Amino acid sequence: MDTELTGAEITIRCLQEEGVDYIFGYPGGAVLYIYDELFKQDKVKHVLVRHEQAAVHAADGYARSSNKVGVALVTSGPGVTNAVTGIATAYMDSIPLVIISGQVPTYAIGLDAFQEVDTVGITRPCVKHNFLVKDITELATTIKKAFYIASTGRPGPVLVDIPKDVSQQKTAFAYPESVAMRSYHPVTKGHSGQIKKAVQLILDAKRPMIYAGGGVILSDAAMQLTELVRMLGFPCTNTLMGLGGFPATDKHFVGMLGMHGTYEANMAMQHCDVLIAIGARFDDRVIGNPKHFSNEERKIIHIDIDPSSISKRVKVDVPIVGGVSDVLDELIKLLKARKEKPDQIALKAWWTQVDLWRARDCLKYDRASAIIKPQMVVEKLYQVTKGNAFITSDVGQHQMWAAQFYKFDKPRRWINSGGLGTMGFGLPAAMGVQFANPRGSVACITGEASIQMCIQELSTCKQYGLPLKIVNLNNRYMGMVRQWQEFFHGNRYAESYMDALPNFVKLAESYGHVGMKIEQPGDIEGALKEAFKLKDRLVFMDFITDQTENVFPMIPGGKGLSEMILV
Amino acid sequence: MRHIISLLMENEAGALSRVAGLFSARGYNIESLTVAPTEDPTLSRMTLVTVDSDDVVEQITKQLNKLIEVVKVVDLSDGVHIERELMLVKVRAVDKEREEIKRMVDIFRGRIIDVTDKSYTIELTGTGSKLDAFLDTIERSTILETVRTGASGIGRGERILKA
Ligand SMILES: Cc1ncc(C[n+]2csc(CCOP(=O)(O)OP(=O)(O)O)c2C)c(N)n1
Repeated sequence: MDTELTGAEITIRCLQEEGVDYIFGYPGGAVLYIYDELFKQDKVKHVLVRHEQAAVHAADGYARSSNKVGVALVTSGPGVTNAVTGIATAYMDSIPLVIISGQVPTYAIGLDAFQEVDTVGITRPCVKHNFLVKDITELATTIKKAFYIASTGRPGPVLVDIPKDVSQQKTAFAYPESVAMRSYHPVTKGHSGQIKKAVQLILDAKRPMIYAGGGVILSDAAMQLTELVRMLGFPCTNTLMGLGGFPATDKHFVGMLGMHGTYEANMAMQHCDVLIAIGARFDDRVIGNPKHFSNEERKIIHIDIDPSSISKRVKVDVPIVGGVSDVLDELIKLLKARKEKPDQIALKAWWTQVDLWRARDCLKYDRASAIIKPQMVVEKLYQVTKGNAFITSDVGQHQMWAAQFYKFDKPRRWINSGGLGTMGFGLPAAMGVQFANPRGSVACITGEASIQMCIQELSTCKQYGLPLKIVNLNNRYMGMVRQWQEFFHGNRYAESYMDALPNFVKLAESYGHVGMKIEQPGDIEGALKEAFKLKDRLVFMDFITDQTENVFPMIPGGKGLSEMILV
Repeated sequence: MRHIISLLMENEAGALSRVAGLFSARGYNIESLTVAPTEDPTLSRMTLVTVDSDDVVEQITKQLNKLIEVVKVVDLSDGVHIERELMLVKVRAVDKEREEIKRMVDIFRGRIIDVTDKSYTIELTGTGSKLDAFLDTIERSTILETVRTGASGIGRGERILKA
């Protein structure tokens, strides 16, 4: 019955079966048969980027903002090596992606053929899994497995390497409904005995603290987290990856924690007696030095889908391995079934303490400054977009100000490279976000150094009419590098000055976009309003900001949470 | 502490390099590693010996479990188990050395599996420390070559590792 299909046709059919609407890619010799099949259909739409790194970041932004698997397609050799930064970025933040790469024909593998690299070898340490498909009869199952592995358990990128001859050969096609793998059984439900223990600890807490990370976003558990926090009345902090997992405008929110977290969040982390860690991994930028992590005796509950995240940096008392959303459902159910409540008097005293820390007003800055303060740009952006925009960012000071000053009330609105810290992520990620949310307002907060790492994507934006708003906080420095040099290297600003900058307004215009240069604090709001009124245009806003501004608070590397430098 | 970790994994081309890559990427040390297919040709059995703190070894087993091609992992050192290693040693054996070496091989229950007029090749199995002990008892300068497989391990009695 089944007529035979080529490997290339099968690849595209599989993507259709998975409901993929967009793939981000760049053609080349090894993927020509696959591109030929893309050409012949219109269900899967291809977005042509200008560099393979951007293809993967765009797929990544698409995935982060939609909870669908992002898909990228690249050719062998340099196509793959260019994609590696994107893959590693997604891997560090556990983002579900499927990357399809072309490979030289099977008979040429290992012979140093033109555009051959050991793709499986190069990407092995930065993928959740990868496959080289040598036998066409295994192609469809392999792609099915790739989507399954990428999107279940702790998500991550999965790469499928397809040699050119495999894309050309023919076989019968049937897309498997499901795949069973004896070696892969992702957990979802948490151990109920452990959850019961957690309930008891929560009820006995005097100084409780909820610390929630990217796992809340990844498992779509923002609603459950919000319900839990409000039900218990506990203070809640989010990691850089977890912002939007709990509404930032809620009174229980004490801000982001970590290296550039708020005083109140870090102090509460340090002084709590019961810490409830939810989909977070106690990493070095969040808790600093684990040896300085706790001042007082305390108990830690840790909910995470990945057993290897538990007790990796900090020993915990009640580990719960499971999907955050399932575990929180169960936890809430059990808490509701209990008559007791946490000690309200103790909780009140704890809040009094937290509010004292809050009163330190650690994010204050000079609002009367005659030079544009970067923080003010982010605040105004928040006001002008009414907190409803999708915000992507690059890496540096601007990223931290974005995280501190844009109040995210909803999940999947804050898109940044937290784990790998990849400059160049912001613009291509914003493209992916816009494709996933065609009606959404999408802004990219960036710096003049970061934006130049993937600036070529302005061309892609033009081709597809993406009305992104680029907010360039231009301090003429690799600001974050300069800040470290100021604090820790005796003000020796080695190679951190950004010289010979382009005229960003003209640059934007030459790509066919709108450019604006803003130099006065009084013009910030007007410029933003005007930019967002241009609904179908990309607007590049070059804000000339204070060169000397630093990100506060700051915990120096290797120090503990209470060793913050404050303004 | 020394741990002996046993794992079952898919008998596929890339699986071994994933395990080896994990150890180098995370800075875990491998003292020895042996691997071969099992009676079910789709599965390989690997034995890994590592010396590290219990916390690190706990991370190692968790990380191994995360590898998609790894089917099962046990830390054999958690319970009673048997360990064996095979060693082949080529030694110089001339004149009165020949008798002396033969006697040592017998004491250690080894076998001489190849003979020339100047050398013996000896086969010896046992725990790593038994093999070490054998090497310590024969005159260092007579050893021409040694090759060891690294430890293989299996649980005692009812302890079974199966897919
Ligand atoms: C690809 C890459 N290279 C280098 C770094 C190191 N790095 C971190 S922040 C930074 C400076 C970023 O400067 P800019 O984009 O202007 O942002 P600012 O800190 O000034 O806001 C650098 C170089 C990095 N994170 N990523």
